Amino acid sequence: MLGEVISVSLDDVIEKVAKKKVEGCRFVTMSCAELDENTIDILYHLDKDLKLVSFRLTVPRNAAVPSISPVYFAAFLVENEMQDLFDIRFTGLVIDYERTLYLEEEVKITPFCKYSISAANRQKTISSAPSGGP
Amino acid sequence: MFKMTPNVLKNLLSPKATRRYPHEVRPPFENVRGELCNDIENCTFCSVCAVKCPSQCITVDKKAATWTCDPFACVFCGICVDVCQAKCLHQKHGYRIPVLGREIIFMQGKAGPKKGNDLNREKSSCWSKNG
Amino acid sequence: MLKTVIPFGPQHPVLPEPLHLKLTVEDEIIIEAIPAFGFIHRGLEILAGLRDFHQMVQVVERVCGICSMIHAMCYCQGIEEIMGIEVPPRAKFLRIIWSELHRIHSHLLWWGLFADSFGFESLFMQLWKIREKILDIHEATTGNRIIVSVNVIGGVRKDLSPEQIQWIQSELVEVEKEINRLGTTLLTDYTVKMRTVGKGVVSKDQAYELGLAGPTLRASGVAQDMRQLGYSGFNEIDFEPVVETGGDCYARSKVRFRETLQCIDLIRQAMSKLPVGEIAIKVKGKPQGETVVRAEQPRGELLYYIKADGSKNLDRLRIRTPSFANIPALVTMLPGQYLSDVPVIVLSIDPCISCTER
Repeated sequence: MLGEVISVSLDDVIEKVAKKKVEGCRFVTMSCAELDENTIDILYHLDKDLKLVSFRLTVPRNAAVPSISPVYFAAFLVENEMQDLFDIRFTGLVIDYERTLYLEEEVKITPFCKYSISAANRQKTISSAPSGGP
Repeated sequence: MFKMTPNVLKNLLSPKATRRYPHEVRPPFENVRGELCNDIENCTFCSVCAVKCPSQCITVDKKAATWTCDPFACVFCGICVDVCQAKCLHQKHGYRIPVLGREIIFMQGKAGPKKGNDLNREKSSCWSKNG
Repeated sequence: MLKTVIPFGPQHPVLPEPLHLKLTVEDEIIIEAIPAFGFIHRGLEILAGLRDFHQMVQVVERVCGICSMIHAMCYCQGIEEIMGIEVPPRAKFLRIIWSELHRIHSHLLWWGLFADSFGFESLFMQLWKIREKILDIHEATTGNRIIVSVNVIGGVRKDLSPEQIQWIQSELVEVEKEINRLGTTLLTDYTVKMRTVGKGVVSKDQAYELGLAGPTLRASGVAQDMRQLGYSGFNEIDFEPVVETGGDCYARSKVRFRETLQCIDLIRQAMSKLPVGEIAIKVKGKPQGETVVRAEQPRGELLYYIKADGSKNLDRLRIRTPSFANIPALVTMLPGQYLSDVPVIVLSIDPCISCTER
């Protein structure tokens, strides 16, 4: 059950999340999905008394998103993971791994972004996916 | 001071807690999903098993009537056994024993409509029989 | 005062899976702890784009080796919710039975590792000996010991016959007797208490604010358990979350001990209420939509965000496991403790790093 989904924008995301914290909500996690080549969808999941509330933030690919780790400390780990895998820049992170949590420093691609791989390369990766044999 | 002594004596005189493997082997349970094998005589080469396999370890060629499986990519989930239309795939009750080299199971059946009776099974040099 | 930086490295005898902690230590007392992982990242969420949504059940089971059935159950519930499929009642109760058996085996495994972390090896072996009985039940009823692979979208794959139910009942009587016998050592032994009471304390407000999950949260006094949501037939069974108020390692281990005994009771209830009927329904069509499903793993609250766009591959599959939520707790739990208590505290949150990193 997705529950309530409220759309937020870059300017008021921290304010809305902080208001929910004052109301007594617990931080669950953040999810990220790619919508198309230039936009990314970030969902913030918060929970109170077993009811889930989500905020949806749609941002263009290279936007700098304010981090909610000053509000909810536990968010720093999820935001670092999203920096590594989706190449989103979070500003104001409490502990910043600077894209070295999963990746090495010389890796320049974003592993989970399927739209940044060109269509021709994607066909090549799908047809050479494991089809039996060592 | 002598609190441990009854414990020690009890452990000395009671039977072992572990089974004396390999002299004593527990018979396998009936439902165990072990090694995968195919009755190639009844196989119709419909390729449903190859399409549904989660680890994509089966390859079927309908024209040449061959069924190939990589037992080292197989995860023994049993989905192919459930969806097999000719009911020729089944799983043994025991796991595959360790072998020295990596090999592929290759089975050749008779081309054309079913009931191929020739079973040519290609054996590589380190394939060993197990049951 | 000189500060030393000690890596509580990825390889450590007490850790079941690699987790790296950078500890800044001053005179045996820890000042700062920064976690880092990424050693077994397999990128399983990307595989959702390459395998169709039926094959993903087998992939999702292999995210974690210890709690695999509950991952599959949560994923199947998510797809069933998107596609609007109603699972037959017998399948719901069978899923309860197998997931509670899984929870018992996971807690016994954890207890064994915990006892090993402070050197009590004989207790470790006794606990894993009881666990073998549960694994035999798994093998006899589903076909495999740990990755049982018994969920499909629309129900379950195997059924329980009346003889098997009788046999499970008799085995559970023995398991309960053994657990109660070992319970006196686990919870009242002087050495065990010296190593666990007062270590790694998390207060109730801290636990709620940090977003902890599972026994780590319930040991600090917050009564929250995802099984209260009533998914998969839990709303027809009497169930109350197990809560302790200590907030330290001893309270966490006591919560898990009481939960194990509660699981045996839940299995008995489910077996007595098992309805007759079929065990799966046929699924046609492709999913379209997005949803969030939650379930209760042995380690805590599991969340799946599934987004499907009408083709046979899913658009996005996001898994948030409870160990991911419990690791930031180490950053606040460890400062102020002795260096020799670190293995015990790290194990008390039940880290399952292969879940964390998928």
